[in-house]
Amino acid sequence: MPSISMTVNGKSVSGEVEGRTLLVQFLREDLGLTGTHVGCDTSQCGACVVHVNGESVKACTMLAASADGAEVATIEGMANADGSLGVIQQAFQDHHGLQCGFCTPGMVMSAADLLQKNKNPSEGEIREWLEGNICRCTGYHNIVKAIQAAAAAGA
Amino acid sequence: MYSFDYVKPGSIDEAVAALQAEDAQALGGGQTLIPTLRQRLAQPSVLVDLGGCLDAGVASQDGGCRIGGGATHASVAASADAPKWLRAVADGIGDPQVRNRGTIGGSLANNDPASDYPAAVLGSGAEISTNARTIAADDYFQGMFETALNEGEIITGVTFPKLEAANYQKFDQPASRFALVGVFVGKGAGGVRVAVTGASESGVHRWADAEAALAGNFSTDAVPGAPSADGVISDLHGSAEYRAHLVAVLTRRAVAAAG
Ligand SMILES: Cc1cc2nc3c(=O)[nH]c(=O)nc-3n(C[C@H](O)[C@H](O)[C@H](O)COP(=O)(O)OP(=O)(O)OC[C@H]3O[C@@H](n4cnc5c(N)ncnc54)[C@H](O)[C@@H]3O)c2cc1C
Ligand code: FES
Ligand code: FES
Repeated sequence: MPSISMTVNGKSVSGEVEGRTLLVQFLREDLGLTGTHVGCDTSQCGACVVHVNGESVKACTMLAASADGAEVATIEGMANADGSLGVIQQAFQDHHGLQCGFCTPGMVMSAADLLQKNKNPSEGEIREWLEGNICRCTGYHNIVKAIQAAAAAGA
Repeated sequence: MYSFDYVKPGSIDEAVAALQAEDAQALGGGQTLIPTLRQRLAQPSVLVDLGGCLDAGVASQDGGCRIGGGATHASVAASADAPKWLRAVADGIGDPQVRNRGTIGGSLANNDPASDYPAAVLGSGAEISTNARTIAADDYFQGMFETALNEGEIITGVTFPKLEAANYQKFDQPASRFALVGVFVGKGAGGVRVAVTGASESGVHRWADAEAALAGNFSTDAVPGAPSADGVISDLHGSAEYRAHLVAVLTRRAVAAAG
């Protein structure tokens, strides 16, 4: 069994995993970080998006062992130190960018990657970027608005 | 998923050795292999993660470029050292998270009949290097999911030539994001090449009639009418006739955009 260690939301963690353990299983089942969701079996929905070494990836489509030594960021790390919502999270709340909330952790992590690469994305660029994040509730309009607002607020 | 062992060798030689084990399989970015494993469609004994040894760089070379087998689609899309036409191909694959993990080596090893890189590799006349040899694109693609790779052979890099004009046009299948049909047109020292993905039941292939017509007259008017629909993929997303029609439309668009 591979022993792995990584940094998750700034904290060092380690564990023993099976070869087949997915990163999302390690986060949810071993570390108890259940904010990262699993919405599909086909790598298409994006509910599981986290950052690995600063890049957004689908945690259901990466082995935990492949993330050995990496810096991982999940939705649990997006709030401010005092527990209040981070800029992108607050924008989702303000603009009604969620209904059931199942897709939201992945949407927020995906948006955070977009905004670190493109500080001022156009509506078209936001919609294209969200190609890998599926939401069955909102119709996307308010998600796009929330990300535009987060960009304007300097997220 | 079935159970398997995991190793991450630090050198290509060690990876080649690890792949000698019975039912060992290479792991690139995992964007095809992990979904396959999750559906229990494969049962490797050990996955050999190439992430610790494969070159992932992108470098310009003789007007074209050399891409490491481990380069992600996102890094090719973002690299100033890759030609614009190749960056556009990489940027059109899947979604941002797939592009952040998926690699050129994995895409070419898999040779999905609707994938994008095979069209660019065949249509540009690129060369694929492995741990053992160099393979010309014309010899590499051998049908749906079939390639010239031997068991345990690792793609270490791809060399794209300099092209005077080139463009890839992809008609997205909106659910999967793969190409319903994609056409790459490239004009370079070797003449004009036209490569088609997503259409044929025998995978990526060159469209000889269009190449011959464009060789003398590189203009949209020269592109022939739709090729025969015989042997063209037909499924719920599009009939064979529809796909054959798209081949000609996308070829014209690619010639127009290649300029
Ligand atoms: C939601 C989604 C959308 C997608 N959309 C598209 C699309 O629009 N267009 C497109 O072209 N692709 C698409 N893909 C596939 C994606 O491009 C994959 O990255 C690619 O097909 C496989 O690359 P990988 O590095 O992830 O390989 P892996 O999944 O790790 O491996 C695939 C196969 O290649 C072998 N392999 C991996 N690396 C090497 C190597 N260096 N040498 C030899 N063998 C190797 C493995 O053993 C395995 O058999 C999509 C995937 C997903 C999940
Ligand atoms: S759970 Fe659907 S893409 Fe990861
Ligand atoms: S808010 Fe329900 S899936 Fe997006």
